[in-house]
Amino acid sequence: MTRAEISQAIIDIVNEIVPDEDWSALQPEENLRGKLESMDFLDVVMELRKQYGVEVPEADYGALSTLQSCVDYLEPRLARK
Amino acid sequence: MRDSYDIVVIGGGLGGLTAARRLAREGRHILLAEQHSQLGGLATYFQRRDHIFDVALHGFPVGMRKSLRKYWGKDFAERVVQVRSIRFHNPQFQLDTTFDNRDFRAKLQELFGLPQERVEAFFAGIAAMNYYDDNSETTREFFQRYFPGRTDVWRFLMEPITYANGSTLDEPAISYGIVFGNFMSEGVYTFQGGTDCMIEMMQRELRSCAVEVETSAAVDKIYVAGGKVRAVRVNGREIACQAVISNGSLPRTVLEWTGQEFFSPEFLSGLQKVRLSTSSCQVYIGIREGATIPYIGDLLFTSTCPEYNTDALLSRNISSRTYSVYYPEIRPGTHKYSVVASMNARYEDWAKMTREEYRAAKKAMIEDTLAALEQYIPELRSICDYTEAATPLTFQRYTGHLQGATFGSKFDGLRYSMELFKQVGGLFHTGSVGIIMSGWLGAANYGVITANEVDRYLN
Ligand SMILES: Cc1cc2nc3c(=O)[nH]c(=O)nc-3n(C[C@H](O)[C@H](O)[C@H](O)COP(=O)(O)OP(=O)(O)OC[C@H]3O[C@@H](n4cnc5c(N)ncnc54)[C@H](O)[C@@H]3O)c2cc1C
Repeated sequence: MTRAEISQAIIDIVNEIVPDEDWSALQPEENLRGKLESMDFLDVVMELRKQYGVEVPEADYGALSTLQSCVDYLEPRLARK
Repeated sequence: MRDSYDIVVIGGGLGGLTAARRLAREGRHILLAEQHSQLGGLATYFQRRDHIFDVALHGFPVGMRKSLRKYWGKDFAERVVQVRSIRFHNPQFQLDTTFDNRDFRAKLQELFGLPQERVEAFFAGIAAMNYYDDNSETTREFFQRYFPGRTDVWRFLMEPITYANGSTLDEPAISYGIVFGNFMSEGVYTFQGGTDCMIEMMQRELRSCAVEVETSAAVDKIYVAGGKVRAVRVNGREIACQAVISNGSLPRTVLEWTGQEFFSPEFLSGLQKVRLSTSSCQVYIGIREGATIPYIGDLLFTSTCPEYNTDALLSRNISSRTYSVYYPEIRPGTHKYSVVASMNARYEDWAKMTREEYRAAKKAMIEDTLAALEQYIPELRSICDYTEAATPLTFQRYTGHLQGATFGSKFDGLRYSMELFKQVGGLFHTGSVGIIMSGWLGAANYGVITANEVDRYLN
């Protein structure tokens, strides 16, 4: 997957989990904690596993703090998918 | 029932139900076995004559709306409605609150005369609490820091939380802060339609996503082979599975159903030191068809005790009662009223009685409750047509929780619940534990947290 595709995939996932937030103007560096609670992050982790077969161990949850860092983290892991 | 599933969930409390629903959505084949004839666990109700009594629907935080939407569906979330007001009546103060951040700030300043900076500092202190911090400060020390000597303020801040999760002033401040922070954000909420409606909706939802639900199905053995679970025994029948989620009592899961030979000595000795939370007594009061009661608050915290005092709260010599009043709006289309009085209680006080003593004590508890409630509903005796009582023994009998523990275990239990699978592969626990994971919201969310671990394990 390309970086743009990964970014879109993440936006699709968070939009599904928290539909009442406006995700259209999400900045790459914006901290996702402003819009996602800890339970929401868990849902993101489960969706990534289900849709893309990526496992994010608890120790790496910190890597999911912004859209940019999510893409950085997922890019090598999704390279072959 | 088939002979084999991916996952067996033991118990249909809110933790087990929510874990099952979440994992079914991931395409897992699941059996949910509940020993009682009805799902819900402590989140339950019972019907007597034309009355329906809610046992544990006194209020939950607004977060329940979001969790229900995410993990059960929109139709569940739409039924979450705010209760109108919470009343306090005790020798130190009498007040009405909507139980949200704004109103609490206002009450603390206007009624308790506290300076704004103090109040803000307190809320900032709550907000700064982090579950992962290693903080040994007790709630008493925390209160003392912000409101020294103000036992009236402590009572206002503490009484509802003790009632909501059984925590005391001498426990870690974090167990107070997390629950207070949750509740205090936007008031207290309830489920329109009542517990019966929610549990029926959940049962239907599980069936529609192909979870096999068996009631009157007790699990009494978890089989382990090669360090991993391989099966459970349900009503005498062996059912193979790759993972087990126990929503039942944590100590029983380990010691009784699995067997201590599969756990390390450190784990066992730690687990055995975990303290269970206290239990409850309740008195259920049915109001006859056609009669009405005036609005006296949705929740009414009453006490005749001079100050907040944990021992007094737990004592059989009851001086504090919390009434939940169910007006017809809770079940739209009906005209029925009922009142449920709840008291914190100790299992030991009830366990040692003879049959006759037990019966007499229950009767006295009902009588005392009616007498106390007459202060708020003077015509009570002429309009009440049904009463019943529950004790710690009742809660133990219906849920299998040792000592009728109402809120699982104290804070230290969480670690053992979360690390079960590190001892026995594929063995997980969910449900009320460690105070902060308790209550409807805590148990449901913990179901999802466990579901994630199970899903990871099976992948
Ligand atoms: C009196 C009272 C009032 C409460 N009021 C509120 C409130 O107002 N708001 C709030 O948020 N929370 C309240 N709570 C707490 C809340 O109801 C609980 O924290 C929550 O429902 C617990 O869910 P759980 O997942 O831990 O499962 P539990 O409710 O403990 O259910 C466990 C289930 O497992 C089953 N089980 C056990 N052993 C076996 C076995 N061997 N085989 C098969 N099945 C088994 C049991 O029968 C039970 O159904 C109250 C609790 C009580 C007792």
